Amino acid sequence: MLSVFLKRLIQSALILFGVAAITFVLLYALPADPARMLAGRSATAQTVANIRHELGLDQPLLVQFMHYIGGLVQGDLGRSYAQKTEVITLIAARLPATLTLMAAGILIEVVIGVTLGTLAALNRGKFIDRAVMTTAFVGVSAPQFVVALLLLYVFAATLGWFPMSGYGTLSHVVLPAATLGILGAGWYARMVRSAVVDVLNQDYVRTARAKGLSQRRIILRHVLPNAVLPIIAMIGIDIGQFMGGVVVVEAVYGWPGIGQLAWQAIQQVDIPIIMGVTLTSALAIIIGNLVADFLAPVIDPRIRSN
Amino acid sequence: MRVLKEICRQPTALFGLAVVLIVIAMAIAAPLIAPLNPDEQMFDGLTLEGAPMPPGAPFLLGTDTLGRDLFSRMLFGARTSLIIGLVANGIAVAIGLFVGTTAGYMRGWAGNLLMRFTDLMMAFPALLLAIVLAALLKPSLWIVAMVIALVNWVQVARIVYTETRGLVERDFILAERSLGAGHGRILLLHILPHLIPTAIVWGTLGIATTVLLEATLSFLGIGVQPPDPSWGNIIFESQSYFQAAPWLVFFPGAVILLTALAFNLVGDALRDILDPTQRGRG
Repeated sequence: MLSVFLKRLIQSALILFGVAAITFVLLYALPADPARMLAGRSATAQTVANIRHELGLDQPLLVQFMHYIGGLVQGDLGRSYAQKTEVITLIAARLPATLTLMAAGILIEVVIGVTLGTLAALNRGKFIDRAVMTTAFVGVSAPQFVVALLLLYVFAATLGWFPMSGYGTLSHVVLPAATLGILGAGWYARMVRSAVVDVLNQDYVRTARAKGLSQRRIILRHVLPNAVLPIIAMIGIDIGQFMGGVVVVEAVYGWPGIGQLAWQAIQQVDIPIIMGVTLTSALAIIIGNLVADFLAPVIDPRIRSN
Repeated sequence: MRVLKEICRQPTALFGLAVVLIVIAMAIAAPLIAPLNPDEQMFDGLTLEGAPMPPGAPFLLGTDTLGRDLFSRMLFGARTSLIIGLVANGIAVAIGLFVGTTAGYMRGWAGNLLMRFTDLMMAFPALLLAIVLAALLKPSLWIVAMVIALVNWVQVARIVYTETRGLVERDFILAERSLGAGHGRILLLHILPHLIPTAIVWGTLGIATTVLLEATLSFLGIGVQPPDPSWGNIIFESQSYFQAAPWLVFFPGAVILLTALAFNLVGDALRDILDPTQRGRG
């Protein structure tokens, strides 16, 4: 068990290094020039060259990369070009907002997804099943930004129930989290349905029914615990998806998380921040998958034995 | 033919197919159907206060913030979405097929290396990568298509890899090999044909993803650039106006949703039909 864990950890570190390398090469090979961006439109060639030298951009790519990796292994993500602050400080300041949004979004997803998915599985082939599955399909096909604007229009602009944008109170979280949650719930509903359908066909469920257990007890004690594994795996994958999708939702709702940080940095060609956020997202994806993998045997004794 | 018959039996798939065909027809016939020039700022296209006209005659779906006919713009926007959908997704499926079959067939260190690279790409936050690339490159229709292809091939590669691994072990491939067939012949004539159903399914499902991604990039202002209309950039251009003129957001938004939904429905039905092991599940 421990050696498996160690192996996965090393693998994860290698993947992270790979992500860093690819992002680095992509960012520096692109035609966008951060020095020119910082110098402004009317700067002379000399000013631009000075800034380029100051940022170390005039060194060979490999030297810059070694320098970056050297910092990275010590937990140093470098300094922002535009804000002159440590990238790690900037990300740390924004991370709580994004994590709050993510937690609320995943909670909504799981609650809606599990409820609807179970409902559909229990009524397999009937009207409810088809209605739920169609709704789930609409959910996974909906563009995030349109749903975000729709919710804003209905619940903030027209009904005035929630603020248009901002951060701080519970009512600020509702709309952005709902945007992420409603759309993601479609995936969960589809997956939970097929997991529950599989479990319902098992002999032990028939036994439980034959023992005269109530439907409620069968579902809660015998069916759902066995459908929990795919849900955990799904959440692991989801954490990664969120880190990307959060850019759009944070832009629409003015949510001060790392998505907005990334978006501003992209517009200013602030490469250290872009690198930092990409690596943070990749780390989140890796951690999400790792946690899901190591929770599985804890929850399911069948996996534990091998 | 069998596929078509099966699709006709499922009402949702039939609905999806109908929408797909309508969108394709509208995109092709856009210049014939469009009542007005999509790029022209109409003389009477704005109210006296300079606000966009609401839906109704003479502008079927109203006008945008510059007084251009929304319906005509959306018709031409369908072209943008479909071109990107087909090109980007075509490239993604082609890369996925190439990487997946090569890695699955070769095994050894080369196959391993390819798959580790695919794993690496799985750890990339795809949307973030697409946004970064699209923003830093000078955006154009083809750049957007390339960027989307670059982040979307990974899933196809994974699935094709697993299938190829299974196929390589089968007796008929062994028989081919013992008859002296070369690698190229086995790959092209015996493995690839078995992967066609997968390619068709992912080719269809992927268009939904691609249409959504293009709309998202254009909505952020880093996709297809105005004045070329795209459903995403129509919303991008009118975003600040959306409280006063919500139709400018909701008509294109509804069309994006409907198109993605249609391709998803058709793709899902195709998966059930073409892959018998999945039948009756999920």
